[in-house]
Amino acid sequence: MSDPLPAPNATRDLARERRLEEIRQQAEQQKPFQIVGNRPAGAPFPVASPETGYYQVPLLKEPPWTWEIPLYFFVGGAAGAAAVIGAIADYTGADRKLVRDARWIAAAGSVISPALLVSDLGRPERFLAMLRVFKPQSPMSVGVWTLVGFSTAAIATAFAGHLRDRYGPSLPLGVIENAGQAASLALGLPFSNYTGVLIGATAVPVWNRNVGNLPIHFGASGLGAAVGILELLGHRKSRALQALGLGAAIFESWEGARIEARSHPALDPLKHGPSGWITRTGGALAGPIPALLRSASLLTGDKRSQSLRKWASWSSVVGSLITRIAWVYAGRVSARDWKLPLGKESE
Amino acid sequence: MSVTAFLTDSTLCIGCKACEVACKEWNGVSLDGYEWSGFSYDNTGAVGASTWRHVKFVEQAPAVGLGGNSGEQASWTFSSDVCKHCEEAGCLEACPTGSIVRTEFGGVFIQPDVCNGCGYCVTSCPFGVVERNPKDGRAFKCTFCYDRQKVGLVPACAKACPTESIKFGEITSLRAQARSRIEELNRRGMDDVNLYDPRDTSVGGTHAMFLVRGDPRSYNLPPAPDVPTVYQKKAWTSSALASALLLCGTLIAFMSDGRRNRNTNHGS
Repeated sequence: MSDPLPAPNATRDLARERRLEEIRQQAEQQKPFQIVGNRPAGAPFPVASPETGYYQVPLLKEPPWTWEIPLYFFVGGAAGAAAVIGAIADYTGADRKLVRDARWIAAAGSVISPALLVSDLGRPERFLAMLRVFKPQSPMSVGVWTLVGFSTAAIATAFAGHLRDRYGPSLPLGVIENAGQAASLALGLPFSNYTGVLIGATAVPVWNRNVGNLPIHFGASGLGAAVGILELLGHRKSRALQALGLGAAIFESWEGARIEARSHPALDPLKHGPSGWITRTGGALAGPIPALLRSASLLTGDKRSQSLRKWASWSSVVGSLITRIAWVYAGRVSARDWKLPLGKESE
Repeated sequence: MSVTAFLTDSTLCIGCKACEVACKEWNGVSLDGYEWSGFSYDNTGAVGASTWRHVKFVEQAPAVGLGGNSGEQASWTFSSDVCKHCEEAGCLEACPTGSIVRTEFGGVFIQPDVCNGCGYCVTSCPFGVVERNPKDGRAFKCTFCYDRQKVGLVPACAKACPTESIKFGEITSLRAQARSRIEELNRRGMDDVNLYDPRDTSVGGTHAMFLVRGDPRSYNLPPAPDVPTVYQKKAWTSSALASALLLCGTLIAFMSDGRRNRNTNHGS
């Protein structure tokens, strides 16, 4: 890694400066292009024009993120929502095992999330550069600090709770557990949906056009995933989880309908081509399918109901993951669209 | 020390690419391969991690008469593109490490020893300038030759330009220069010259202005660039709403569930 401002080296810099003059002289000796090309009628010569832009070369650069980032969106969303569920379940005196499992999901997500981010950066120590500053105007900086606080709190809560269950209550453990739980609740709320802000406040057209909706959409997606994972761990009798799962699925159905109902060139990646089909698959798995399965489970007997809820949970979890992949993929397609930055249609 | 800018005058550019070569040599910019694009004599395509100056070869349908064009020839203009060094820079706002800074000359500079390669600036640039170098992993773009400006030299591209198409200087005097140049060209009959300097957008003006012939869109200069910071109010409002919904929903779900459980326990 080179220093941004190398120390002056008189001889070497003089030689480099002279070289710039050489380049200039060489260029001066060349005459301007004097090629007179005839354009055969109807020949497919690319032409730059206000309509096609510069030979239809995309203006924007594609988001460079690798597979880790959509996976992080999924894991982080589920972990944040799980921490909220765990804390509220504890405060309202719900089933002890549910609280414990929710805390472990949050703790597991807290370990996996930074690992995924570090992996995307390529070199682990680069993650530390994120912690040099706190920049409120950068959603990524806000998000990273939320992640750091949330992870610490969620892991501490889970371990303190585990130690208390195992060795009996003690004052320090109780303090860590309660403070950790309060912090993981407070930070879990924004952590479950900030990724919507992260991609919404960018120059990518399909993302910034949905900026008012993405955080709620991602929050519902994370809630659906957290409820799904908890139910897959065996909590298929909890009425509260059923209600939350149903709420998330209904919201996701509405979100899908909202995407389909609107029509704008910037929204095309969500509706057409491979990215459109991935969006639809994720939307169906996260929205109408679990909503129907859960509604049906309300009407049937206990055993049948649990099986339906299991399928609804699988559908929600997979749907949530596919939804995140779809949005990142749609962002790439959107950035490649050379038309959008050239003409800004009014709302 | 003053606030500086580039004024790139496409009516003077001869397409020699000396600026590209000078920039690459001075800054040690990496290779970008040999790929034929098929777009006129431009095989670089756009500014990016390995191209900090980029000469556009804009072949347009002929505007007959202008610049001596006859009907069967293409109108051909060149324009050297560069990082716009926005007044409200999306990359600078987005950078979570503080690597991207505003220099004392008004330019936007990525400190390579601080950049961690998160790539968020890439998604936040409304001009598609910043790019992550796939081998190195960090983001790169024009430095506005910060090292040269520091010691009072003009940027390498401006120095190597043989026709003074790339003008470099104090920003307000360059703006005045651009106005008088347009007047001069108009007097000489070239009436389709425009100055690209998006001052009335959320980007708030740039430290790289362009004099182009015809519609700036032919040069891939966006008519209404937006700094992504403008979306944040809506985004965080939505995030707060999502958090509130999640909190209330979970509370209601567990409280009603808990009451029911207590009731059943009481009854049994």
